[in-house]
Amino acid sequence: MAINTPKQTSHLKREILVRLIRSFLSDNFEEKTRMIPFDMRPKGSEVPYRCCIYKERAILRDRTVAGLGFSIEETDDSTLLSELANKALDRKEPEEHPLTVLTTACKGCVPSRIYVTDLCQGCVARPCVNTCKFGAISIQNGKSVIDPEKCKNCGMCVQVCPYQAITKIIVPCESACPVGAIAKGEDGHAKIDFEKCISCGKCVAACPFGAVHEKSQIIDVLKAIKSGKKVIAMLAPAIMGQLPCTPKQLHEAVLKLGFSDVYEVAQGADVTTKNEAAEFVERLEHGAEFMTTSCCAGYNELIAKHLPEIKPFVSDTKTPLYYTAEIVKKEHPDAITVFFSPCVAKRREALQNPNVDYVLNYEEVGAWFIALNIQVDTCGESSFKTEASAEGRNFAQTGGVAKAVQALLPEEIPAHPVLIDGLNKQSIRDLKKYAKNGVCDIGNLIEVMACQGGCLGGNATVNNYKAATKQLNNYVKESKPIKDMETEKIGH
Amino acid sequence: MDKKISVKVCLGTTCFVMGSANLQELIDIVPAKYGNKVEVSGVPCLGLCSIDWEFSKAPYVKVDDDVIKEATVEKVLTAIDNKLKES
Ligand code: SF4
Ligand code: SF4
Ligand code: FES
Repeated sequence: MAINTPKQTSHLKREILVRLIRSFLSDNFEEKTRMIPFDMRPKGSEVPYRCCIYKERAILRDRTVAGLGFSIEETDDSTLLSELANKALDRKEPEEHPLTVLTTACKGCVPSRIYVTDLCQGCVARPCVNTCKFGAISIQNGKSVIDPEKCKNCGMCVQVCPYQAITKIIVPCESACPVGAIAKGEDGHAKIDFEKCISCGKCVAACPFGAVHEKSQIIDVLKAIKSGKKVIAMLAPAIMGQLPCTPKQLHEAVLKLGFSDVYEVAQGADVTTKNEAAEFVERLEHGAEFMTTSCCAGYNELIAKHLPEIKPFVSDTKTPLYYTAEIVKKEHPDAITVFFSPCVAKRREALQNPNVDYVLNYEEVGAWFIALNIQVDTCGESSFKTEASAEGRNFAQTGGVAKAVQALLPEEIPAHPVLIDGLNKQSIRDLKKYAKNGVCDIGNLIEVMACQGGCLGGNATVNNYKAATKQLNNYVKESKPIKDMETEKIGH
Repeated sequence: MDKKISVKVCLGTTCFVMGSANLQELIDIVPAKYGNKVEVSGVPCLGLCSIDWEFSKAPYVKVDDDVIKEATVEKVLTAIDNKLKES
């Protein structure tokens, strides 16, 4: 699948977020929230996607549950949205796992299986019958028929049919998940096994029904701002390619949302670069054959849950978000910190970092601008207090991290970067192989990005990938090279 | 010479977030497909999204004076084809 293909389901999710934000800002949050499904599908309105208006509303209601930050699976159908709105206001901390599956939307898609289409000619050769090791295929009324009890989904028959008459029906989320953490169960809906899930967000992006949702923390953030506390935004580098304005306009626009200060996470990325370059030199001098980067949250969760053997080769350097949040909390110990994230994985990382209080993804930030009628391109320009380097700002793209580390390496220790551009079953096998052999035959600095294209390809981005790349590149071009920054000043 | 058809893709914040980010490709596709019969550009907020709850119908594209709601690449190309047939 191409990165960031346009989806009608994103439109729905974003519309709900805008309505939720407006409800919060209105004089009757609970009631306005309860009405969201009815306002979106009023009596007599068209039913664009489902069988009837009631089902449409039920699904919109469930999407709103996720927007309020709750698990759809664990919320009773009879609980009113107004009650949940209230509960969201009382919540002290966001829920532990960032994802939830909308079971009512998920029923539509059929379980993965092998299917014989009308193209079957009932041929004499019958390679399908002969190939099936499980004896699952027989010929009935001149056509090939699969016995679901015996079929093991191996797909051999698919390959041998001379008419390509047999196909494998795939479940999009299952086939997108690199670690087999999501599966459609007997009851017809997908379930995530959180012991295995690495929060990569690929199922969120892949589901054609938009059934996998991030649990939003937008209400928590709005509440913090309303309470008059000092709330500080930390913008991940990828956001600079996301909205139709300049980075300085974005700085101003975020202040307009009510934040008291705005930091670039690229500032923390500079610290990551500095430490990771030093670490690379040290490791190679001590005889290591290769090192992998450690800034991608999805990759870090993969290591912890599925790939512990690679741990000795992974840099111990912390992520850009880690350093940024540390700096912000040091400078403003009383502040609430909100991280603006391109993906689910970083949301998960933030949930485990006490210096990061909340996370908003770019869809949520975009919805907030819409809710307040803020046109970012008409905002004035203001600067970030600390300037980040070109390399730090370029962390958002595949290859960006490796390039940054390379920029600070001494000539006698050159790096040969290998780019893992997106985690999938194949690239995970490759990483396993490098760990097992203790060497990577094609290079010594392995950059791993869970998303294809890097953070610009994250599941919660809003801009088209190509346009985002162009926009980010312009920003990088006008920024200062990390080499020209005084090392002791990096990050401060 | 005939008047050119004008296509304005709204790249204001509302439309952008609601989907016109993915309509930016029109700015390349349209000239390649229709040559100089059609003029296409990305424009700031057309002012349609701030009325009431009309943000939910974004993204907007204007083909001459016709407004296309919830625009997609296909919808816009069809509207251009229809215009060209009329003239
Ligand atoms: S892709 Fe997965 S989550 Fe989406 S509808 Fe199908 S089974 Fe459910
Ligand atoms: S977030 Fe990633 S790892 Fe978790 S279930 Fe979805 S695709 Fe699988
Ligand atoms: S942003 Fe498109 S009409 Fe306002």
